[in-house]
Amino acid sequence: MQSMNFWRAYARNKGAVIGLLIMAVVVVLGLFAPLIYPESPWDMVNAPFLGPMEEGSLLGTDTLGRDIASGIAHGARVSLLIGLTSTAVALVIGVTLGALAGFFGGWVDDTLMRFTELFQTIPNFVLTVVLVAIFTPSQGSIVLAIAIVSWPPLARLARAEFMALRSREFVQAAITTGQSNATIIFREILPNSLSPLIVSSSLMVATAVLLESSLSFLGLGDPNAMSWGYMVGAARTVIRQAWWMSFFPGLAILLTVLALNLIGEGLNDALNPRVARKGKA
Amino acid sequence: MNAVAVSSSSAPSPVTAFPNRQPLLDVRGLSIALPPSADRELAVDALTFTLNPNEILCVVGESGSGKSMTAHAVMGLLPVPSVRVAAGALLFKGNNVLTMSEPEQRALRGGRIAMVFQEPMTALNPLMRVGDQVEESLRIHTDLDRTARKARVIELFAQVGLPNPAELVRSYPFRLSGGQRQRVMIALALACEPDVLIADEPTTALDVTTQKQILDLIRAIQAERQMGVMFITHDFGVVAEIAHRVAVMRHGKLVEIGTADEVLNRPSHPYTRQLIASVPHAMGDRPPFTPAGEPLLLAEGLHKTFHVGGGLFKKGKEVTAGKNISLTIHPGETVGLVGESGSGKSTLGRSVMGLMKPDSGRLLYKGTDLLSLDRRAFRPFRREIQMVFQDPYASLNPRRMVGEIIAQGPIAFGEAPAQAMARASELLTMVGLDASAAKRFPHEFSGGQRQRISIARALAMGPSLLIADEPVSALDVSVQAQVLALLDDIRHRLNLSMLFITHDLRVASRVCDTIAVMQRGSIVEMGPAAEVFGNPQHPYTQSLIDAIPGRGWEIPADLSHGEGVSA
Repeated sequence: MQSMNFWRAYARNKGAVIGLLIMAVVVVLGLFAPLIYPESPWDMVNAPFLGPMEEGSLLGTDTLGRDIASGIAHGARVSLLIGLTSTAVALVIGVTLGALAGFFGGWVDDTLMRFTELFQTIPNFVLTVVLVAIFTPSQGSIVLAIAIVSWPPLARLARAEFMALRSREFVQAAITTGQSNATIIFREILPNSLSPLIVSSSLMVATAVLLESSLSFLGLGDPNAMSWGYMVGAARTVIRQAWWMSFFPGLAILLTVLALNLIGEGLNDALNPRVARKGKA
Repeated sequence: MNAVAVSSSSAPSPVTAFPNRQPLLDVRGLSIALPPSADRELAVDALTFTLNPNEILCVVGESGSGKSMTAHAVMGLLPVPSVRVAAGALLFKGNNVLTMSEPEQRALRGGRIAMVFQEPMTALNPLMRVGDQVEESLRIHTDLDRTARKARVIELFAQVGLPNPAELVRSYPFRLSGGQRQRVMIALALACEPDVLIADEPTTALDVTTQKQILDLIRAIQAERQMGVMFITHDFGVVAEIAHRVAVMRHGKLVEIGTADEVLNRPSHPYTRQLIASVPHAMGDRPPFTPAGEPLLLAEGLHKTFHVGGGLFKKGKEVTAGKNISLTIHPGETVGLVGESGSGKSTLGRSVMGLMKPDSGRLLYKGTDLLSLDRRAFRPFRREIQMVFQDPYASLNPRRMVGEIIAQGPIAFGEAPAQAMARASELLTMVGLDASAAKRFPHEFSGGQRQRISIARALAMGPSLLIADEPVSALDVSVQAQVLALLDDIRHRLNLSMLFITHDLRVASRVCDTIAVMQRGSIVEMGPAAEVFGNPQHPYTQSLIDAIPGRGWEIPADLSHGEGVSA
């Protein structure tokens, strides 16, 4: 019943449906990459500098003769994996700190928020680069670095939600019926603050995908994983001779980020119907 | 305060109709369509009535009756295209407003027809000086030059009884009290000397003494300017105070229209009769309460001061919410705590619940000082003292089933879940809901039903003392009467003591044995209900009772014992 309403509200946003379709394609591509392109994307399978549709190569080859289509399929795995895991880590850190700050208030709130602001004052990308450089690039260190720079907005959001819900009468009713703090946090407040958190974390996946691409572009990606950002970075010197080498990975980044943003908007319409923009009915 | 000089007549004399004069507003067969997703097709269904010059027509109805929608249609405020006029005509002095061009309609709005809204807090632009807001209307609708406009604004502010108008025009809305803002709204509405004034629940958000001043003001201005006033309200007390004619609406249809005397004293339609029977009034047959045994709750010298604003370098403002509050509640007694907003009445209730800690004083429950207990030590008392909250829409967790909401307390105290759920079903039947409600979510219930759930949740703990913080103020009158009847019933059945917090003296007189009147953080008068109402000693109590709307009106005898309220 409720899930039916959710889908109806979601589907009303045409862009969100398109976003979901693009995302589905990317996910399928990532999941089945080893089946579609069984060979490693690092293998030189063809002559270098082949344009799209030349000699049986769908999207052409790069400067060393590696297949670009294969790189994009395998790169989807990296982008999605890093996007999702780093957002999950950021959610855990952000929601925990935000919930504690919002629920307990007082000095707990002050301490945690000053700590959060410490992270917010440092430019995101610079901090990621520094962290990855310190930890040496690997999938784990990249996930951690992205999570460390992305949690502060989630903490602030969770804190605001918890503060607002804390004073609601149903939470006070839970206090007056002798519920423990843990019960109040997990059963009363958290379920009611999930919608905005889901919406902003769906947008955060998009930011994480972009951050990962930027890191790989600078050569700070995982050296063992083919990624979209790396492909664009490696091809930038020959962009005038061989546009396709940077164009297709770039397009993949663009479409994925766009799709995630559209999904985020659709979720917002479906989960927060009251704040959804009007005049769209 | 500075109320405008008003003729002292308390009950308005019904104005005879003007058979020869054209009505100001002639609504003919008006139907307003709702979007397909709404719970009914038409918000207003074939509504026909007229508003004559020099009369106050009260449009009465409960929430969802379409009374505000009608006013919004006249003012062109319907949220088109989702809500639109489906049929009918709205004639202003014979011209159909609905077929006019947009510029013609604009000239009408604010010029010939003006409106006063319910919420004076949101109806004014917070970033604009109040004088400028009124002047803006004059600039649009008149040819007056700047100096003339300024003078006119000050004149208007003086007419609506605002203190020191020459200074006040330069204030921003946040500096004014609710009553003052509503006066500014009325000045704004009167700026262009409209023929029709539409007032949409203009006093609902105000305290009772302020309400009286605003009602007096509207009545005085109406009489002076011979305007037609369409006054929308849900409160029959207000109707009795101000109306010349009354129209009763239900589910978008007009059920009864007539002179105030006819509708109030000889209502013919069953719905009108039911509404009037629901108007809270003292039950004359209540036996006087005689306290027996030790007091259950004894509050002594409670103080509470709030610190508002402030920060690292500046000192905030101090607000006194409680000043030496002392009060006793005996077993089986219902004590009404009455006061206007900001009087500190909720502070006391929240302190007893342990939701707030007073700065000093003692709060003895069966001899134990609750204020000396930490959270763990307080816990056993949670079973003894329970609360029913004000807002039925905010007090139930929307994500949990009703059964869980009711059973959560007993489960937290170690009761077996199956047993607690069985008890929840029993309690639901006890508060007049079906036991199957346990498996549903709060949003499937109406406000009154939710308040019953809230009561069931409190009862699940088996309390001896129930704190009811404005439990009916968010409900329609007929639902209000039912919930009050339920509270009255269970407290006798379970021999509960109750602290009943309310701003509405009529409600208090309906359920309370003892009344305590609060003003600015102190209890100024306390005594048996009959004495406090019959022979108030403190001037503030007297002014409160004086301000009850419709005091001159007696509910018709055949309705005064709750016809159709038993449900």
